Amino acid sequence: MVGKERRVRSYILTGVGVLIALYVLFPFFLVIVNAFKAQSSIVANPVSLSGASFSQLLTNLTSVINNSNFQYWYAFGTSAVITVVSLVLLALLGSMAAWVISRNNKTKWASAIYMVFIASMIIPFQVVMLPLISTFRDVGKFVGISMLQSIPGIVFAYLGFGGAMTVFILTGFIKGIPYDLEEAAAIDGCSPEGTFFRIILPLLTPVITTVTILNGMWIWNDYLLPSLMLGQNGRIKTLPVAVQAFVGSFVKQWDLILTAALLAIIPMIVIFLIGQKQIMNGMVEGAVKG
Amino acid sequence: MKTKTAGNKGLSLVLLIAGAAACVGALALDFMGSKASFRGPLLVIGIVAVFAGLYLFPTLEHHRKIVYIIFLFPLLFTFVVTVIIPLVLGIFYSMTDWTGIQFTQFVGLSNYTAMFKDPAFLWSVLITFLFVAINMVLVNVVAFLLALLCTSGIKGDSFFRAAYFLPNLIGGIVLGYIWQFVFNQVLINVTQISWLVQTKTALMAIVIVYVWQYAGYIMLIYITGLTQVPKDVLEAASIDGANASQTLFQIKMPMIASTFTICTFLTLTSAFKQFDVNLALTGGTGSVQFLGNYLTNGTQMLALNIYNTAVSKNNYSLGQAKAVLFFIILACVSLVQVRVSNKREVEL
Repeated sequence: MVGKERRVRSYILTGVGVLIALYVLFPFFLVIVNAFKAQSSIVANPVSLSGASFSQLLTNLTSVINNSNFQYWYAFGTSAVITVVSLVLLALLGSMAAWVISRNNKTKWASAIYMVFIASMIIPFQVVMLPLISTFRDVGKFVGISMLQSIPGIVFAYLGFGGAMTVFILTGFIKGIPYDLEEAAAIDGCSPEGTFFRIILPLLTPVITTVTILNGMWIWNDYLLPSLMLGQNGRIKTLPVAVQAFVGSFVKQWDLILTAALLAIIPMIVIFLIGQKQIMNGMVEGAVKG
Repeated sequence: MKTKTAGNKGLSLVLLIAGAAACVGALALDFMGSKASFRGPLLVIGIVAVFAGLYLFPTLEHHRKIVYIIFLFPLLFTFVVTVIIPLVLGIFYSMTDWTGIQFTQFVGLSNYTAMFKDPAFLWSVLITFLFVAINMVLVNVVAFLLALLCTSGIKGDSFFRAAYFLPNLIGGIVLGYIWQFVFNQVLINVTQISWLVQTKTALMAIVIVYVWQYAGYIMLIYITGLTQVPKDVLEAASIDGANASQTLFQIKMPMIASTFTICTFLTLTSAFKQFDVNLALTGGTGSVQFLGNYLTNGTQMLALNIYNTAVSKNNYSLGQAKAVLFFIILACVSLVQVRVSNKREVEL
């Protein structure tokens, strides 16, 4: 009796789970289905499969990819370069800074820097975005290196904005690494920088994965910073900026808009399917420690 | 030990002097207003050379300190340039007639008084608070229920977790347009008028999209909390004859109090900063009668209002003042939330 009751309960719960999953995934289903359809059959019935064909998908894809406002491959490449370079530099420079801070945590200057980093995490982007643009413009003009409308400039900004959280999470982890390890290395004649690169950095792999996932999610999807720094119709566009520029130019062309959405979603979904566990764990760990 | 040879010393000195000379030269060119395009790279090369020279400087005594400085400098430098300097400048600019490029005079607090006389801004503040309150409750309730569902031992729970989390992967701009399609083309067959047309329903639409996007993420954090409740405590409870709801309310929920703190904090701050979905879904439009005024920014949250004031209406100093207020509100609300939750946690 109890066993049967439990089984019924389990069926009901699984049913509820499936229903919620259908609701959550429904918009994705719509995007995929309608990317296969022409505008007329989307408007006629957005939910049905009628009118969907591979040739129509190809037509949609070519017109979206070649659109001068979207330029998918170019935007994808820009986003990829910005994200990857920012992530590598954040991981490297972040762990270097975090190591210095945690190895000097008894000194006043290191704890002051650490406190400033932590306090800065609450600063919303809106309060710094306008002066940021003018500062970058002035610095760029002054030293002759373009900081706006340039990939190095935007990477620089991401280092600044991602730095605080990266250092915070990494410092917490490095504090847990026994200091004896480094002393032993020093006695064996290892220089401080050698100790860091040969001993500490390899130990940081799991937590670097966490910060890379956390930073990667927002840098890849970020819209406001690149739209302000690169301009909405500038020469260089990241994927979210390109989507915005593209959709702005086609108000009700749903066949093209949804195909563009599909193209913008795919890279993230592919990465999620590959590293599902790491991504979900990373997001949780980042939140719990942050 | 690193061998410090005479060659090392020579190289170090050469790099230091050449680097310093390059920096000074580049800065001199800048101050003279030279437009030579090599001055930027020259400055960068100079800085790198100075650091290389410092690194190779033959001293055992100070080597560790030098390494510390070199390790800390890059990140700290970017942080100061992108966060600290703009923050200080921003607070200053909010009290001037700044145009985004320059300012001519100090105007005191008049930007701050001006925004409180602007009904459109007050409306944005009001709906932002409303939105944050509703979302904090809804996201956490939905996420907690989903977490209970996923930890109830149902089959395929890892699939459900991944499926519920999926929306969180996608950026707000793309999500906003997808949901615009859902509301304007699909649900319109049920609702007759698109939800995005009328201000009230459009606000509900934003809430729906936000919960849809965010609940899966918060659910993951609750799942982690729930699975960390020790098994023996649950066993002891069931031996003592506690039923399911008693276990939930009197054991599980108090034991994951810290998880509730984290989740409410996350939803609070992220709901306040909501921008992308707002921009892509409704663009902040919507007509509404408020304080005897006819407004057209019915669904414009605070973050979007700041952006539009500065970027679209080109009123940078006012936008900046609003942003500073936004910062103050966010800081206060977060502090209060952390205080209250910590107190709660201690009591439980």
